[in-house]
Amino acid sequence: MTTPSSAPRAPHQVLDATDVARVVTRIAHEIVERAKGAEDVVLLGIHTRGVHLARRLRAKLTQITGREIPFGTLDITMYRDDLRLKPARALEHTEIPADGIDGKLVILVDDVLFSGRTIRAALDALGDIGRPRAVQLAVLVDRGHRELPIRADYVGKNLPTSLREAVQVQLSETDGRDAVLLGDRDYAARSSQALAADPQLPE
Amino acid sequence: MKRHLVSAADLSRDDALLILDTAEELAQLSGRAVKKLPTLRGRTVVNLFFEDSTRTKTSFEVAEKRLSADVINFSAKGSSVSKGESLKDTALTLQAMGADAVVIRHHASGAAARLAGSDWLHGSVINAGDGTHEHPTQALLDAFTMRRHLNPGLGRDLAGRKIAIVGDILHSRVARSNVHLLTTLGAEVTFVAPPTLLPIGIDTWPCQVSYDLDAVLPKVDAVMMLRVQRERMNAAFFPTEREYSRRYGLDGLRLATMPEHAIVMHPGPMVRGMEITADVADSPRCTVVEQVANGVSVRMAVLYLLLGGAVFADGSADSARTTDTPEAAQ
Repeated sequence: MTTPSSAPRAPHQVLDATDVARVVTRIAHEIVERAKGAEDVVLLGIHTRGVHLARRLRAKLTQITGREIPFGTLDITMYRDDLRLKPARALEHTEIPADGIDGKLVILVDDVLFSGRTIRAALDALGDIGRPRAVQLAVLVDRGHRELPIRADYVGKNLPTSLREAVQVQLSETDGRDAVLLGDRDYAARSSQALAADPQLPE
Repeated sequence: MKRHLVSAADLSRDDALLILDTAEELAQLSGRAVKKLPTLRGRTVVNLFFEDSTRTKTSFEVAEKRLSADVINFSAKGSSVSKGESLKDTALTLQAMGADAVVIRHHASGAAARLAGSDWLHGSVINAGDGTHEHPTQALLDAFTMRRHLNPGLGRDLAGRKIAIVGDILHSRVARSNVHLLTTLGAEVTFVAPPTLLPIGIDTWPCQVSYDLDAVLPKVDAVMMLRVQRERMNAAFFPTEREYSRRYGLDGLRLATMPEHAIVMHPGPMVRGMEITADVADSPRCTVVEQVANGVSVRMAVLYLLLGGAVFADGSADSARTTDTPEAAQ
């Protein structure tokens, strides 16, 4: 974090570590309830923080159901619609569980649901990998401002925001602590989604 | 990374590792049901081949199609080039048609650099072999294959690995590209060839030179055999083919003197019985077929990294703008 410029508000904490843990536990229970025991569930985390969240969800689901839940990671870079706005970026690792996703209930996991474009890309990627029975979406934070007809099935927290604000999710795996921060967008806090949406923004 | 890929010497260590790591991810694609990514949809890539090639051309074409690019194949045979059209006019034609990238193979050394340095074309230029100069994507796929065998893992390089490149160094663009790239990645390269098949000024290259294959083999981690390029030879470089293959060919006995983990590579096409015997070519330690498969992944990585992202300001595809500037004159 560099020093924020004078005008933007400093980010304030919306969820702390115990909130994040509670949210993950609740979503895990909701999945078991809605998927009737989570028999055919496959968790797919979207890079980067979605992968960490999916891993935590899997641990919880294993605890609840007593079974190993198939888990994979998805890099959607090659499917993005904003590739040409930035120089080509390095790819992350995509790993699909050995049994594949055909006929399974795939639950995509991401940290923040914003424009919906990431999820659109993920759905395209899934189409090339296999044919799931159904696809659901679990997110830690839904901050609104959808640009596509996409909604989440499991939401950790609905966070009404203005487009001038930035939501920053911190997870201990990458950031040393669990927290969700909300503040005015300054350079350091820009998520890639926010950056992609930049040209449309006022100011 | 630069906008063009003309020489392996243009690649920094970070660039090279980025390409290899990207290729490693893209290699997974060949195991999937739908072997296609939408990344280069709407981009046009021209394969401009002035010289015969099966492997490289097919490999590029597969890579382009897997990234959903529109592919146009342009070969000198049967085109206006055989009627006497110059490289410049061909390039201007392609530019007018809106090529986003040109993959060029040419019999003249420096053709790709000429194209990249000119303003005839605004797209990226990828060198697929120019004369006896360079063939950078071949070097990248060789490095990719070596890394998989000798130091597997993302972000790893080839530090301290000993690579011998054996045969017709003089005419080999593969050897030139490889010595640059492998040195960048930290490997130690030794050229083994008869003195007549070594280029003048080789003492300035970042490599060692030996005339004795048997002395080099026990210490190598990988040996790369090169074809004797008879079509480029205009003089006698060695007495007989039999003598050449006796002294510089790789046979079963020589293979046995190499360390257990060492691999045998060949950029192809192989001439069995000349630089490599059939039993070595068919042995499990020979990575020729693997190199071809890796070639697709590496070329996809290069195409993605050069074309997938933002088009830089100087490279926008606004064709009418500079096609008639005075300095474009040859």
